[in-house]
Amino acid sequence: MGTVKMIAADGVEDEEKWLAAGIAGLKQNSFYMHRALDSNNLKDALKYSAQMLSELRTSRLSPHKYYELYMRAFDELRKLEMFFKEEGRRGCSIIDLYELVQHAGNILPRLYLLCTVGSVYIKSKEAPSKDVLKDLVEMCRGIQHPVRGLFLRSYLAQVSRDKLPDIGSEYEGDADTVVDAVEFVLQNFTEMNKLWVRMQHQGPTREKEKREKERSELRDLVGKNLHVLSQIEGIDLDMYKDSVLSRVLEQVVNCKDELAQYYLMDCIIQVFPDEYHLQTLDVLLGAFPQLQPTVDIKTVLSRLMERLSNYAASSADVLPEFLQVEAFSKLNNAIGKVIEAQPDMPILGVITLYSSLLTFTLHVHPDRLDYADQVLGACVRKLSGEGELEDNKATKQIVKLLSAPLEKYNDIIMALKLSNYPRVMEYLDSQTNKVMATVIIQSIMKNKTHISTADRVEALFELIKGLIKDLDGAHDDEVDEDDFKEEQNSVACLIQMLYNDDPEEMFKIICMVRKHILAGGPKRLPFTVPPLVYSSLKLVRQLQGHEENPFGEEESTTPKKIFQLLNQIVETLYNIPAPELALQLYLQCAEAANDCDLEPVAYQFFTQAYILYEEEISDSRAQVTAIHLIIGTLQRMHVFGVENRDTLTHKATGYSAKLLKKPDQCRAVYACSHLFWVDDQDNVKDGERVLLCLKRALRIANAAQQMSNAARGSAGSVTLFVEILNKYLYFYEKGNPQITVAAIQSLIELITTEMQSDSSTPDPAADDFFASTLRYIEFQKQKGGAIGEKYEPIKV
Amino acid sequence: MNYLVGAFKPPCNVFISFADGRNRKQVVIEPIHGKKVEHNGVKIELLGQIELYFDRGNFYDFTSLVRELDIPGELYERKTYPFEFSSVEMPYESYNGVNVRLRYILKVTISRNYVSNIVEYQDFVVRNYTPPPSINNSIKMEVGIEDCLHIEFEYSKSKYHLKDVIIGKIYFLLVRIKLKNMELEIRRRESTGSGPNTYVETETLAKFELMDGSPVRGESIPIRLFLSPYELTPTYRNINNKFSVKYYLNLVLVDEEDRRYFKQQEITIYRLLES
Repeated sequence: MGTVKMIAADGVEDEEKWLAAGIAGLKQNSFYMHRALDSNNLKDALKYSAQMLSELRTSRLSPHKYYELYMRAFDELRKLEMFFKEEGRRGCSIIDLYELVQHAGNILPRLYLLCTVGSVYIKSKEAPSKDVLKDLVEMCRGIQHPVRGLFLRSYLAQVSRDKLPDIGSEYEGDADTVVDAVEFVLQNFTEMNKLWVRMQHQGPTREKEKREKERSELRDLVGKNLHVLSQIEGIDLDMYKDSVLSRVLEQVVNCKDELAQYYLMDCIIQVFPDEYHLQTLDVLLGAFPQLQPTVDIKTVLSRLMERLSNYAASSADVLPEFLQVEAFSKLNNAIGKVIEAQPDMPILGVITLYSSLLTFTLHVHPDRLDYADQVLGACVRKLSGEGELEDNKATKQIVKLLSAPLEKYNDIIMALKLSNYPRVMEYLDSQTNKVMATVIIQSIMKNKTHISTADRVEALFELIKGLIKDLDGAHDDEVDEDDFKEEQNSVACLIQMLYNDDPEEMFKIICMVRKHILAGGPKRLPFTVPPLVYSSLKLVRQLQGHEENPFGEEESTTPKKIFQLLNQIVETLYNIPAPELALQLYLQCAEAANDCDLEPVAYQFFTQAYILYEEEISDSRAQVTAIHLIIGTLQRMHVFGVENRDTLTHKATGYSAKLLKKPDQCRAVYACSHLFWVDDQDNVKDGERVLLCLKRALRIANAAQQMSNAARGSAGSVTLFVEILNKYLYFYEKGNPQITVAAIQSLIELITTEMQSDSSTPDPAADDFFASTLRYIEFQKQKGGAIGEKYEPIKV
Repeated sequence: MNYLVGAFKPPCNVFISFADGRNRKQVVIEPIHGKKVEHNGVKIELLGQIELYFDRGNFYDFTSLVRELDIPGELYERKTYPFEFSSVEMPYESYNGVNVRLRYILKVTISRNYVSNIVEYQDFVVRNYTPPPSINNSIKMEVGIEDCLHIEFEYSKSKYHLKDVIIGKIYFLLVRIKLKNMELEIRRRESTGSGPNTYVETETLAKFELMDGSPVRGESIPIRLFLSPYELTPTYRNINNKFSVKYYLNLVLVDEEDRRYFKQQEITIYRLLES
């Protein structure tokens, strides 16, 4: 290794030396040349300029260094050209000069001088531009050394570019003048390309990589010809179509070189106008399958489609052109052929191609969804032959492909119409599939897309099934908990977005969603069931205003039917298990049933909730939450007859008393008091049972106090008593005859005593609560009127 | 000794001149300050001579003409003798080669008794112009080394005048060797003498690079070589059975190991009357 490096380093140093020597030789001879120019000594000027140019005969420099030398010679040649111009003015025949420089024995200096005089010759107009150019380009064949030839011809291209016999140019010739200009440029281009391609075979094989790099550095010398060609005014579309393009392509195809083909195809696409490309798509695309199998066609074709897309976007006026030339089907065919011709093309390339084509068709034919679907279909066919997709970049490219229609239409509905869309998604790994699904959901959210039919819902869920259920082969353990939550939350949001005003259709949507989310498994259901339940309840609310089934059609959606479905939906949470959630949802359903006046249904939901409470909810905290929910809901129910209500309240009170912790018991029990006294229900005003509840709560509070004394040697807080006092006041105010001033009075005294007792634990919050309760009483007194009178007897 | 030198100095100066090269050719004899020149007659000779260097001292006169300018007598003062050699045949051009010289001389002899004759020479150059040849075929040939290198070359003409330009091309039919460059040489082959005493001398007058680098199959390389910068003579074939001067185009291909592959073709050079 060490030696190899040393040699390489020496090589670089040597090259610097050679370059320095070349520059020195060039400077010396240019000095003598200038002296000869100053003294108008033509013979010496030619002699020294030829010697100066002889420095370019070196084979020792890399193209990079050679370029440096060339540029110095180039500057000197400009001065020489000025001199030749003056010589012409002084009466020296330019034709003689043209011959004179050809006496040089060495070919390279001779040709540089010839091109320089040739440039002056054309300017003098003593001969038609085309004849001089033809002669120059022919004579340059003498340089077969790739690097030297490329630079010489690049010099020729440089000095001739403003002297082409183009139409409108001062050098314009006869009728075929443009043809002459084109011929010249094409010939120089062809020869340069041949030299460039040949460069790779020069020198030892081991330096091939280095050489390819060097070649790449020289590519713009070749490409410049195409640029010059594109600048020729006289090339109109017909001419471009009939000769120029095919001639250029012929050279590109025939050179059979990967680097050249890639670069030149790209060059053609970049330098010529879009409308020319559009009008010659057949020819241009026809070249692609003929390129070497290793050429990176995807990039080139993608750039072409990108250009055409931008062209289409530039103005609506050009769109008919696209239709007229059937741009889409041509591109589609071409891609098919290229893929066929390059069986080794990685899947990434294939997808990139289709992705570009899709972008193209979305821009050019936004109304032709079938085109987009065709592209996706072709993609599916190709992917289906590939098996597992392991290429990360390819996956990314698929995401890009799939995102394109969403970005274009801002509307998932368009994508849902693409039958091949979900089929493409299937080829994503589960991780990426989820990403894509999230993108889709975000698109819906962002654009507030209204998805209103069951069919579309079905299609949508097919698309995002990566989020809806575990895909085959997915590994759950890799999923981050937070990510999972976020995904499922977005699904939940999505479910809320699915809506149709028509109850029938909405019901179908609900059924559809249910079908899909049920496959989601225990981890997902807690996220997906609630939104579905609420969605369904929303439908119930919508229906409850209407008379039931005005037409008597059997299939029509009724709240009853929905409730049946809801029952089943919530039931699924049993198995997870997620009893607290199920209980909440049952209660929600019960309340909705209540509003629909469906007593049996409501009763059924309550029963389910109770069963859950009894059988599944064992955690005491959860029980507390649950019991309060039950109480709250039950309190609002008005649909129940006395019997049912009694059963349910009785049970609820029973549960309350059986809570584990005394304070919890106490609070649940006084909450139960509300079950017997509902303001807006005249039949539920059982003051006696209210008092019973409150008394029972007081007993429990007492017991709690004593337990605290026994356990810690100090009395507990008075908070519970204050809370109960508030309940007393509430019912007193509501006019419950069983609540007496005496009872309130004694409760206040009890609290005061407790607070003053030595054993009491200081509790500022309880003190404040009590104080504010007393203030409330005072406040009510001062209100006067009926309320004031009512409060008057209470002594604080 | 000075007087001796003076004593042996010719008593007169002799000038031979072509006033305009065509008419008024004259010989002027001018005795030195009043000396008397006695003579047995004055004559002028036109000689065409071939001189072979390896055969030193031998001149071959292929042309010899004499004109009497004066009868025996005495010259006291400058005297001018016009002379004329009309319709002299001068078939050969003057030539100054490596081994041979062909020259034309005017020789004035003042014959004297008892003392050596006074002789004065004047060289002159003869050039013969040729009309453009009626037949001037191109030279076209395919040459090569089997499975290695096949080329076809073409020179547009086989006969060139001295200011002519050689136009042609080389077409590469097969290239399996790495060529470095290609050049066209103009060679002059002068042969003198005859039979076993033939001396051949070859000079390369021009080395003109035609190609730089290694061509591939199918390439054609143009040739354009102006002859004017080179000092050529017309082709001379068997001049008076004494010598020949011939010209050859030598196409040389050099490979990367500096091996040279060449093919030589004779061309005819002629002098075209410049209009």
